[in-house]
Amino acid sequence: MEASANASVEESSVWGGGNRPLNASYGKLMMWFFIVSDALTFSGFLVSYGFSRFKNIDSWPIADEVFTHFPFLHGIDAPMYYVALMTFILIFSSVTMVLAVDAGHHMQKAKVTFYMLLTIIGGAIFVGSQAWEWKNFIKGEYGALETKGGQILQFVDMQTGKRAAIQEFALPVATERTNHESSNGIWYVDEKSLTTVSVDEVKKGFLADEQLTIRTQKLNEKGQKTVLSREEALAKLDEAVGVVEGANLYHNEYGNPLFADFFFFITGFHGFHVFSGVVINVIIFFNVIIGTYERRGHYEMVEKVGLYWHFVDLVWVFVFTFFYLV
Amino acid sequence: MAADTQNLAIFRGLLKFKSNQQKIWGVLIFLSIVTTVEVALGIIKPEVLMTSFLRMKLLNWIFIILTIVKAYYIAWDFMHVRDEKSGLKNAIVLPLIILIPYLAFILLLEADYIFEVMRNGFVAWNF
Repeated sequence: MEASANASVEESSVWGGGNRPLNASYGKLMMWFFIVSDALTFSGFLVSYGFSRFKNIDSWPIADEVFTHFPFLHGIDAPMYYVALMTFILIFSSVTMVLAVDAGHHMQKAKVTFYMLLTIIGGAIFVGSQAWEWKNFIKGEYGALETKGGQILQFVDMQTGKRAAIQEFALPVATERTNHESSNGIWYVDEKSLTTVSVDEVKKGFLADEQLTIRTQKLNEKGQKTVLSREEALAKLDEAVGVVEGANLYHNEYGNPLFADFFFFITGFHGFHVFSGVVINVIIFFNVIIGTYERRGHYEMVEKVGLYWHFVDLVWVFVFTFFYLV
Repeated sequence: MAADTQNLAIFRGLLKFKSNQQKIWGVLIFLSIVTTVEVALGIIKPEVLMTSFLRMKLLNWIFIILTIVKAYYIAWDFMHVRDEKSGLKNAIVLPLIILIPYLAFILLLEADYIFEVMRNGFVAWNF
């Protein structure tokens, strides 16, 4: 059926592009071109994440320990529940989008409007959730020390086996060190705000509390972080040169800074796609309301935007797997 | 895609829907079940699946396969690839399924090599 399509086209029109083997409009084909190239871009990012992870396979942060927050459940360890919820929200907004496309086929303007609105709301909730995830990740939870070689030392209570926050066990040390402001010193030298506790304060607090020990970045055979004995920890403590609270592009209290870099870059790039998808959806939503497609006689534009929106969902399925599950 | 040429069967014809809308909801239920299974496995982490298979945990293989299954249904039913001509289907899918595994293969193999060099090499990087 598909192969015989060419025979019916007149010979003279073939060289002029007369046959349409793909049976798709110009706009839809261009959207597919874009999606295929964008899919390759995203796979490039995810594969380079895999590269860095395989390169540091014995010391990569454990996602379950990084993303443990859920709104309104403060202090409760809830790994993955929130990202799972975000995944459901995005899949559901994909469903309302495809329902809008379906309603467009039947020229039901009111239904298209309603489903587009739901899609926009779903997308907005997703972007907001991602911002919240970023906030938690940047703020950090327990804090850690960083060694000269860039290794992260986290603290554990030996009795309970739970993580200990440096802000809680650190003891004050008298110091004259203050935040350098350009108004008080060399005017062209500035400094980011100091961490809430200094290395010396953490060291003092660690020495005072016999129950504390250090957890290194290294993973043991079971895939858990190595917990040092108290003696090893005391020796390791001397290597510490800085305090890390939260994560940015240079330091990351959860472990390897590359993890934070890729997290910011890949989820950021995906979040940017979701955001631009929402913007495009809003434009189409208003076009539907003012009757542009009703006058045009078809709602194909909704399908083209839908393709982009589903693609964003598709990418999230992979980001979810490779960042949070694997 | 014209409205009257939709393929309303999924699972190779095992499940047929009466209308396109029903099919959409059916696919949503299927995707939700798969996601729930993924999340449940991720939280429980059954000991049986922690064994290594082809240099990766069995659990991770399951996650990746389920992800590809989800991607297939999103593309085929939400993006209507199922209803496109085979020429367009191939033009979309073939570049991706050829290039992405190739890229993953060469980069992950290289990363594994670098890992070995950093572990066994004479240069101290963890000082």
